[in-house]
Amino acid sequence: MAKHRGRGVATINYPIGMNLGGDPSQALVHSNPTGKFTVALSSIDLGQGMKSVTRQICAETLGVPVEDVYVDTADSDTGPHCMGSFASRGTHRVGNAVMTAAREARAVMLEAAAEELEVDPGDLETDGKGSIRVKGAPHRSISVRDVAIAAQFRQGKTISGRGIFLVPLSDVDPETGEMSPATCYAHACLIAEVEVDDETGEVTVLKMTSAYEIGRAINPKLVEQQLVGGSWMGMSHALYETPEPYYPNTRDGARDFNEYLMPGPGDICPHDIVVLERPAPDGPFGAKGPGEMCANPVLPAVANAVFNAVGVRINELPMTPERVLRALKERGAAGPPGRTR
Amino acid sequence: MKTPIQFHLNGEAVATFVESGANLLDTLRETVGDLSVKGGCWQGTCGTCTVLIDGVPRLSCVTLAEACAGKSVETTAGLRRGADLHPLQQAFMDRFAAQCGYCTPGMLMAAKALLDRNPNPTRAEVIDALCGNICRCTGYEPIIQAVMDVAGSDNRRRA
Repeated sequence: MAKHRGRGVATINYPIGMNLGGDPSQALVHSNPTGKFTVALSSIDLGQGMKSVTRQICAETLGVPVEDVYVDTADSDTGPHCMGSFASRGTHRVGNAVMTAAREARAVMLEAAAEELEVDPGDLETDGKGSIRVKGAPHRSISVRDVAIAAQFRQGKTISGRGIFLVPLSDVDPETGEMSPATCYAHACLIAEVEVDDETGEVTVLKMTSAYEIGRAINPKLVEQQLVGGSWMGMSHALYETPEPYYPNTRDGARDFNEYLMPGPGDICPHDIVVLERPAPDGPFGAKGPGEMCANPVLPAVANAVFNAVGVRINELPMTPERVLRALKERGAAGPPGRTR
Repeated sequence: MKTPIQFHLNGEAVATFVESGANLLDTLRETVGDLSVKGGCWQGTCGTCTVLIDGVPRLSCVTLAEACAGKSVETTAGLRRGADLHPLQQAFMDRFAAQCGYCTPGMLMAAKALLDRNPNPTRAEVIDALCGNICRCTGYEPIIQAVMDVAGSDNRRRA
């Protein structure tokens, strides 16, 4: 009876979003007469930060301060259509739709400003602080607020824009049948170090070390919170979470939250994370998406670490003490792979 | 049958009537109107409904309202000092210790109870104090760090 240590590695390529029906999302952007902008979405921010990220993307594209943009989300009755918040798709799909909408709104805003300043719209630029000015002649400027008022009350223009992102249909190669299921991939590599108790079957993750490549990190603090929380969720899926933690008969399974096992604050381990940014050609400002993909490399890495520690392959999740013990019993002994039996 | 009870909620006297068997969580939310307390599992498992009763963290979903008569109840609605956030609330923001935010009220109250009785806890003591509270989003580390930030700060000593 002993505790065995092992180390496992896993790498993933994660296709952002799904491919069904082009996985579209829409966004609408408009200004009100105070020069503030509203982004209308039916996409949902569950706490992952999509509202902050789309706000940044809209402000940057319009060329206005981020404080002047409000993102209105999650009303699927009245908002423009969205497929949903899943598959790490929010930043990429919704962000792209917001960027397209904001570009269109920006063009109208510059036209309205050009009319007020009596110049060509092509000669105008935004200063990012709430003003629009003539390139090379910054004293000739007008505030976004005054442009919005002029558009509303004098010119009769709506400073607004529409956006949709649709994954282009991938052509099938007639010779090989090959096609591309996704346009944008995030990547990760994770090493898990575990300790396996061959008497109780309990697996403890001691340490995780990882590199996540998620395109441009539009909001680095939000990326960090996604990676820390998402990798913990992967560990939770790998070792704890199931509606039937005890015996195969569903009658003996979990009936409520009391019996649905999730790790608590005492069950976490140190995790060193490196974020790599390789901008995606079709992402908004190069962003991909750190969502579901944060959890994915943890499960195979832990399974490989268990194999490395005690020589058994657990092919069912979660890797509960019972499953580990059954596998050890079948193998006859715990030890490094390939040396026992 | 309804029973009259009186207690203090965040320092203010409250007098109300409760059905016998009513729990403190529903009483605070539906009768008193303090919506800062959240219900998660209603069976004493998840910790989000944690309030302080006479300074001790308690699960309000499995606490009888009648048992609080004459006691002092604290919820996150009482954490603010006028316009200023409580140092724990500020630290939770600074550390990105909330995502969906559903566990946050319970985490804040469990952390406050710890710091009120032990202003300089170790990391292990912080983990021990939070171990009755489940969080789905953060992986706990940002929450532990937020509490540790306040534990060591001068801010905390003024609060």
